[in-house]
Amino acid sequence: MNYQWNWDLLFSEPYAGWLLAGLGWTVALSITGWFIALLLGATVGVARTSSARWVVLLSGFYVSVFRNIPLLLQMFVWFFVVPELLPAKLGLWFKRDLPNPEFWTAVLALAFYTSGRLAELFRAGLQAVPRGQRMAADATGMNPAQALRYVVMPQALRIILPPLTSEFLSIVKNSSLALTIGVLELTAQSRQIENFTFHGFEAFGAATAFYVLVAFVLNLVMVGLQRTLALPVAV
Amino acid sequence: MPMPDYSLIVRNASFLLDGLLLSLTLTLIGVIGGLAVGTALALVRLFTGVIGNYVIDAYVFVFRAIPLILVIFWFYFMVPLILGRPVGAWTSAIVAFTLFEAAYYSEILRAGLRSVRAGQLNAALASGMSRGQALRYVIFPQAFTAMIPIFLTQAIILFQDTSLVFVVSLHDFLTATSIIANRDGRLVEVYTFACLVYYLICLAATAGVEELKRTFAR
Repeated sequence: MNYQWNWDLLFSEPYAGWLLAGLGWTVALSITGWFIALLLGATVGVARTSSARWVVLLSGFYVSVFRNIPLLLQMFVWFFVVPELLPAKLGLWFKRDLPNPEFWTAVLALAFYTSGRLAELFRAGLQAVPRGQRMAADATGMNPAQALRYVVMPQALRIILPPLTSEFLSIVKNSSLALTIGVLELTAQSRQIENFTFHGFEAFGAATAFYVLVAFVLNLVMVGLQRTLALPVAV
Repeated sequence: MPMPDYSLIVRNASFLLDGLLLSLTLTLIGVIGGLAVGTALALVRLFTGVIGNYVIDAYVFVFRAIPLILVIFWFYFMVPLILGRPVGAWTSAIVAFTLFEAAYYSEILRAGLRSVRAGQLNAALASGMSRGQALRYVIFPQAFTAMIPIFLTQAIILFQDTSLVFVVSLHDFLTATSIIANRDGRLVEVYTFACLVYYLICLAATAGVEELKRTFAR
């Protein structure tokens, strides 16, 4: 194998700037997508545990659509198909006036895809809270919304904290798919550096190091959070 | 928006079918290759000391921490370099998917082996079996029953993930649809059709796995 190493490359312009910009987009995509996904996922997850049959069926369909179609295809659909199906004016705004259309499309795709997976997590977490908790809340005079907000959801969140962290890691990794619709996030930038310089080891190595670092830090954060949030009495 | 025209899907059926065949072949290779390498990793972990453990832990951690697209790029770049000649996207995709899936499969295997209670091994050893016999006749059969549904779910995820070979221009099902969609300017019809195909395949496969789980639970 004949290869000229050049690690200084990563710290020279313009490549250092490219990597940093890519890092910024990866972080922006992941965090924006995550909060939307959390909101949608929690809502749909609660709907999955509803007592009304049609609500359960409808939310089940939501989950199955976003989980059974590859994320890459979902990304193409949000980018190429959805603007065509919207009312003409809104579609035009989507394509022409929305600032950073690639970024926001990718955020939407990531958020909806992740929300399908989060919904199932929330459903499992809510169902894992013993039924007596809900009954006790009911008996103290709380309405169902209050019981959910103050009694059931806080316990469910503690139960699903570990898989929730790995879902966050997934959205960071999945944000790399945004490169297919033209967002120059971290993986795209490392690929671009490889194309320009043929120094793949250094370029992909830098991206790999970042993703590994995120996974490592997330593991630590999860353990810390679990310890901080643990209830005095086991649930 | 022009009137939807679905006839072009019929006209391009064989091209699309070839794409679907490539997706399924890659899934199958990923499952078999990943299972083989993953089993090797899990066995090394079972039978070697601390150093082997650390190396395999690191392997699994890194592969599970980085995006599959990055893995595909890595091997697209690295395989020809190591072999010293151009090999094409297909070979490097096979290597990438096999090694990537191996990390996930070895973790599933490890969890499955751990799910068998320690008393089972002790009982087998006490009845005069050797360690190898205990693994072969007592531990593996129980572990496998627990693992099979998870293996299959992983295979469904892999089937969806094969669409990522788009980034190295292999003609899998999604790439085939995107070529037709862009060539004929029929993005809405073709992508809707692609969604339907993936949805139905994955839904049917998931239902099959659920049925299997119920059979095992009995």
